[in-house]
Amino acid sequence: MDYEVVIGLETHAELSTITKLFCGCSTKFGAEPNTQVCPVCLGMPGVLPVVNKKAFEYALKAAIALNCTINRYTNFDRKSYYYPDLPKNYQISQNYYNLGIDGYMTIEVNNVIKKIRMHNVHLEEEAGKLIHPENAGADYSLVDFNRAGVPLLEIVSCPDMRNATEVESYMHALKKILLYTGISDCKMQEGSLRFEASISLRKIGEEKLGNRVEMKNLNSMKSVLKAIEYETSRQSELLDRGEKIERETRLWDEIRERSVRMRSKEEAQDYRYFPEPDLLPFVIDEKWICSIQETIPELPLERKQRFVETFQLSDYDAGLLIEDKILADFFEECLKEVNLPKVFCNWIINDLLREVKEKKLDITSLKIKPDQLASLVIMIDKGTISNTIAKEVFSEMIDTGKEPKAIVEEKKLVQISDEGQISEILDKVIASNPNAIEDYKKGKKNALAFLMGQVMKESKGKANPKVVNELLKSKLEG
Amino acid sequence: MKLLSFTALQIRRKILAREIRTSDLIKELYERINKVDPDVQSFLALNEKAAFDAAKEIDQKIANSVKVGLLAGIPIAIKDNICTEGIATTCASKILRNFIPPYDAFVIKRLKEEDAIIIGKTNLDEFAMGSSTENSSYKITRNPYNLNCVPGGSSGGSTAAVAADIAFMALGSETGGSIRQPAALCGVVGLKPTYGRVSRYGLIAFGSSLDQIGPVAKDVCDTALLLSVIAGKDKHDSTCADIGVPDYLKGIDGGVKGFRVGVPVEYFGKGLDDDVRTAVDKALKIYEKLGAKIVEVSLPHTEYAVAVYYIVANAEASSNLARFDGVRYGFRSNDVKGIDEMYCRSRSEGFGNEVKRRIMLGNYALSSGYYDAYYLKASKVRNLIKKDFDEVFKKIDCIICPTSPVPAFEIGERVNNPLEMYLSDIYTIPANLSGIPGISIPCGFSKKGLPIGLQILTNCFEEAKMLQIAYAFERETDFHLAKPKL
Repeated sequence: MDYEVVIGLETHAELSTITKLFCGCSTKFGAEPNTQVCPVCLGMPGVLPVVNKKAFEYALKAAIALNCTINRYTNFDRKSYYYPDLPKNYQISQNYYNLGIDGYMTIEVNNVIKKIRMHNVHLEEEAGKLIHPENAGADYSLVDFNRAGVPLLEIVSCPDMRNATEVESYMHALKKILLYTGISDCKMQEGSLRFEASISLRKIGEEKLGNRVEMKNLNSMKSVLKAIEYETSRQSELLDRGEKIERETRLWDEIRERSVRMRSKEEAQDYRYFPEPDLLPFVIDEKWICSIQETIPELPLERKQRFVETFQLSDYDAGLLIEDKILADFFEECLKEVNLPKVFCNWIINDLLREVKEKKLDITSLKIKPDQLASLVIMIDKGTISNTIAKEVFSEMIDTGKEPKAIVEEKKLVQISDEGQISEILDKVIASNPNAIEDYKKGKKNALAFLMGQVMKESKGKANPKVVNELLKSKLEG
Repeated sequence: MKLLSFTALQIRRKILAREIRTSDLIKELYERINKVDPDVQSFLALNEKAAFDAAKEIDQKIANSVKVGLLAGIPIAIKDNICTEGIATTCASKILRNFIPPYDAFVIKRLKEEDAIIIGKTNLDEFAMGSSTENSSYKITRNPYNLNCVPGGSSGGSTAAVAADIAFMALGSETGGSIRQPAALCGVVGLKPTYGRVSRYGLIAFGSSLDQIGPVAKDVCDTALLLSVIAGKDKHDSTCADIGVPDYLKGIDGGVKGFRVGVPVEYFGKGLDDDVRTAVDKALKIYEKLGAKIVEVSLPHTEYAVAVYYIVANAEASSNLARFDGVRYGFRSNDVKGIDEMYCRSRSEGFGNEVKRRIMLGNYALSSGYYDAYYLKASKVRNLIKKDFDEVFKKIDCIICPTSPVPAFEIGERVNNPLEMYLSDIYTIPANLSGIPGISIPCGFSKKGLPIGLQILTNCFEEAKMLQIAYAFERETDFHLAKPKL
């Protein structure tokens, strides 16, 4: 039988604040275990949390960017459960008055725009990390609390996705928004962006949602997609056999590529939420919202549409440019120098991205600056250097961050367009390649290309090909 | 001996005038502790070496005419649920046996800044849960006026130490009357500040929305002095108010002429001991004589206060005490298999019965399906109780009533009846629920010679007025000068 798959996503993103949510400890990734801790994030007796305003404002920014209604009265709640990585055995989170509710995000799948609704966006604290010793049978585990208390944004979507493609598009779009707004570095490998999916099936045409299965332990976007595919077929097989789907939580086993039961609904935890008495409620006024609103840049999808419409870029090219805010910003900076959108687009998505990939560069700290690329493009346009030379110069600009003019002068790469100078080179080449001349005269057209090559070689690539071509023809035929 | 019966302000004058040396005072104090405390049992730990070091330092400063703090050389005892860096802080619980905090509570930092001398940590009901100091895992503190009686609780160690002249002042903490009630039962002064007046940073939490640290002292002026030091904004406590701290001693002798004193009818009903009633009535007569106008008022939601309190306080406690799991500090049970057993046995063996009872009650009240009926409803009734006070304070300057319905009861008398024990706090709990400040001052003795406390309540952040009203009575009477025979 055919079923409709219904998917909702829960996203956790660590906010890129310098300090933790409720204390002044560093959030830097990768430090020695338990070196970024204090009595507060260790949950020592007697300590109290104090909210990191920056983290709160980042969360507010995300909620606004995701078109949420902002709760004008919001507070924190305690979520209770016992786990050794949770110092207080409760997590300070939000439950009764989430920061943002009823939002949405637009995604694009096969050129169709779709709205995915957001159930809520809220702020909470990250837990620590358990380290299990490698030797089997060890009777202990270790805990690293460096991560405990890092601000964590939870974004809960409504069950509005219908297939893995939409989920993929949602994950990418959401990641881009978080990166564009600068509130998270979204490094999945460092755990700063994580997804959990809830998946249910229903007969096509049916309104009522089926029992949902919550999927945890999804360590990459690929895992999310695989788990959805796996769950879809597992659940449809069960339904085909007339069995019921139980509401449960399952863990994704990445190695065996299958899901296994973690706990049933009956075993679900009672988190005993209640308002955090150690923190005062927040009252958010219009002024505060407006001031945060002003810090939100144009979001990826709108930017892409603008690039297509304003610069006549193809949808594909514009898509590549907006994929990373840094690239899109670079592109627009170039245009301020000279309005050649297609040219810059090509340089960026072809040459720049190739260099970045080959040289394994960090895009956030490129040495080349937009105005430098613009100068390079102008030099080509004026015929100062050839396209071929330009690539060489560009590569050096990437490495050193030097001005193209300086590189060209230093290496004497200015294009030779002077007929007299080229003529001299031509004479030399003709004199030393009698065979090729013969071939040309016999009608072998590729001899011309060979001779052109020799000229370029002799001029170290600096000869203006157009001039060479014309002069060579006239000399050979004349 | 004579030296130790002085008040803190008197002893400070002597220290500053170089009449006595702090180190001599400390020496005499520890001698008396050694003599008296085996009977009273108020201290859980003494801080002797550090106290002597601090005393020497202060003597040095005074000898060199270096400016010293407000509490220079004054020996102070600290309730053992307030974190002291380097000194074990146990909450009188086995689960925190040998727990040494890596930091000082805000109030401890303030005391040190003002050159006070921390002499030791005092006994309490485990995690401040109780009204008799019998729930301590380590010892039962006795009432200095009658060693067969309880000192009240949970700050019974602090109030007993001050009453026995083995501490000039002490810090206690309140969640539902834990300073005022034992102060009343021990014949000393105890003050619960407005919620948010004193930072809770470093106070091991019981009921976070109710907890406050407050002073215990021999008289009203000493209380005012200590409050001036510990009150004020602390950036580590978000619930701590950013309101300036006055010098509470200034204007304390302004009297009560023309003040309107409210007497709530609900506080003089069934269960009030005759001796207490008589003492409070007499006190009201004195206020009248001093020029105050006594008016009857009503706080109609009083009858719900105890019920509301035991839902809110226990719910918060169940969550606050979740961190004691044996993972990072404190007691961990031996020979456990796996994390669940470690949690289970560490907590079962580490907590006492009253604490476990309250954790269970609290967890129940917060459980899914019960939250609305218990915690949420209790929070709403709490607001009504607060509104009762808001209403009456529009018409009066303060409320005067008994602190405790009964004088000190015998050790063991109420331990098997938690409900009766809970009623010890019937007159103090409303102030905690509504956040207003309250003070208990000595106002007489029962026929059996046990102290009786008079409670004064004012509106939020009116501690100065409250102290002024308390001092007016104290100046007219000598109950605060009485000393137990030890």
